[in-house]
Amino acid sequence: MPLLEVKNLTIYFGGLRAVHNYNVTFEPGQVRGLIGPNGAGKTTTFNMITGIHRPTSGEIIFEGQNIVGMMPHDIASMGIARTFQNMRLWRHMTVMEHIKLAMYSKIEYGLIGAFFGTPKRHKQETEFDEKAYHFLKLLNVDRYTNQVVTGLPYGVQRRVEMARALAIVPKILLLDEPTAGMNPEEMLDMVEVIRQIKDELKLTIFLIEHRMRVVMDLCEIIQTLDFGEIIAEGTPDEIRNNERVIEAYLGKEVEV
Amino acid sequence: MSLNAFLQNLANALQWGSFYALIALGYSMVYGILMLFNFAHGDIFMVGAYIGLFVSTSLVTLSATGILPMAGWLILVLTIFISMFLTSFVGMAVERVAYRPLRAAPRASAAITGLMVGIILETGNLALLGAQRRKFPEIIAQSTFHIGQVVVTNTKILIIILSILLMIALHQFIRRTRWGMAMRAMAYDFVVVPLMGVSINRIAAMTFAIGSALAAAAGIFFGIAYPVLEPYMGLLIGWKAFVAAILGGRGSIVGAALAGFLLGFIEIFVAAIFPSTLRDLIAYSIILIILTIRPHGFFGEAYSARLRL
Repeated sequence: MPLLEVKNLTIYFGGLRAVHNYNVTFEPGQVRGLIGPNGAGKTTTFNMITGIHRPTSGEIIFEGQNIVGMMPHDIASMGIARTFQNMRLWRHMTVMEHIKLAMYSKIEYGLIGAFFGTPKRHKQETEFDEKAYHFLKLLNVDRYTNQVVTGLPYGVQRRVEMARALAIVPKILLLDEPTAGMNPEEMLDMVEVIRQIKDELKLTIFLIEHRMRVVMDLCEIIQTLDFGEIIAEGTPDEIRNNERVIEAYLGKEVEV
Repeated sequence: MSLNAFLQNLANALQWGSFYALIALGYSMVYGILMLFNFAHGDIFMVGAYIGLFVSTSLVTLSATGILPMAGWLILVLTIFISMFLTSFVGMAVERVAYRPLRAAPRASAAITGLMVGIILETGNLALLGAQRRKFPEIIAQSTFHIGQVVVTNTKILIIILSILLMIALHQFIRRTRWGMAMRAMAYDFVVVPLMGVSINRIAAMTFAIGSALAAAAGIFFGIAYPVLEPYMGLLIGWKAFVAAILGGRGSIVGAALAGFLLGFIEIFVAAIFPSTLRDLIAYSIILIILTIRPHGFFGEAYSARLRL
């Protein structure tokens, strides 16, 4: 059974058709990429899968269940995590608090535990600390654990966001332009980090990227979206040589 | 002002400040999380006072008729807990009916629905219970303490202590529990919180529940100190608590509490020096000046007015 199956997904915003008949199927462990010019509908697709936007028509089947119309928090609890293009962290909260909140639904101690520090709270907190530390270490941000996120370097904030997404223990991770705004060095770091996550957690990953280098390096299959429709799908090599892709998207980059 | 007079006024100011602070916390929490002024909050305070009235009257009667004899302090504790519990549902209902459907609407529209709910609560009370004022029962016998020349009643001390305890509890709640953490996160970014598996509707409801429960506590304390209740009692005190919430810095919990007390101080000390008819005129002129100098309040930030400790 595929992990995630999206069928004929279409969404209109007023009269504007943002995504039309989008299809994708994820086998567990697969890494797929979604590319396309600005405004092609990539982030909108992520928003539909995570329940932020409700599609006008189409189905999103996750582990055999249609999740269209479910609340975002229920979808997240089922195991779909994501990061954002514009990195949405909670300013003034510490790195650890970000991870802890992602583990929210697993916190079992109640009010009394929180106020009086019962043994149960202590035991759970130790457990969480260990788990959180594991994620932070995996993303190489463990030395910032108790720092407020606002002051951290950009690349570190990006990785904190990813650690937060991992902390809900997802089955599939949606990454929306994880290298946006990074310099080449940070970009290479990020590619390494994603590869590591994939290998170590055996995670299924769905990647939106602008930089060819990143998608080509990481993805097994790449789809190209233009004006809300898939215009090409294939291996990195196939995409690289696809006429329509070059025309719609790569052409400009190559000239530059 | 002699030291004795000062201390005497200080006790009064702390008591008044407690009311403002407890109510202001509700404004500030809701604003900090939902970017919304809950203009029905003063009336929720009124409803809380009435719920307190009925709960305490029932308990006092139950005790007096010998069916279930209880000590005064037990009645007080039960009244506070039961009324806070019941009033929290009023707050959640207001959120569900008046604010949740408008979450994506312009903020001004949501403020107007809040005002509507306030009027409905006032006039609903009027329709249900009539225009006559109600007397809050004496739950615990009043006694006075003489500390030097200063005379303080036991209820005054009790009100101040209980209020401060509630504020500390709220602070700890927001700092230490997962719900408090979710509230702070929601204040900074609404969209991401559900993607962590947290229901924002539940957190929003909880915010209203807690704010309303604190307003109920203020209502009971008010009833104990000034035992006459009427349907419009929440109006002026609600607006003043709103001023305190702004003065403290929108979204700031510590700020709202401190500003509530500050308002109490200014009012009481102005009344101690000037004729009491001029109290609000002078007191709020002072606050106006403070706000023109510090428009974001004491703990406010220019660009963010989010929930913080």
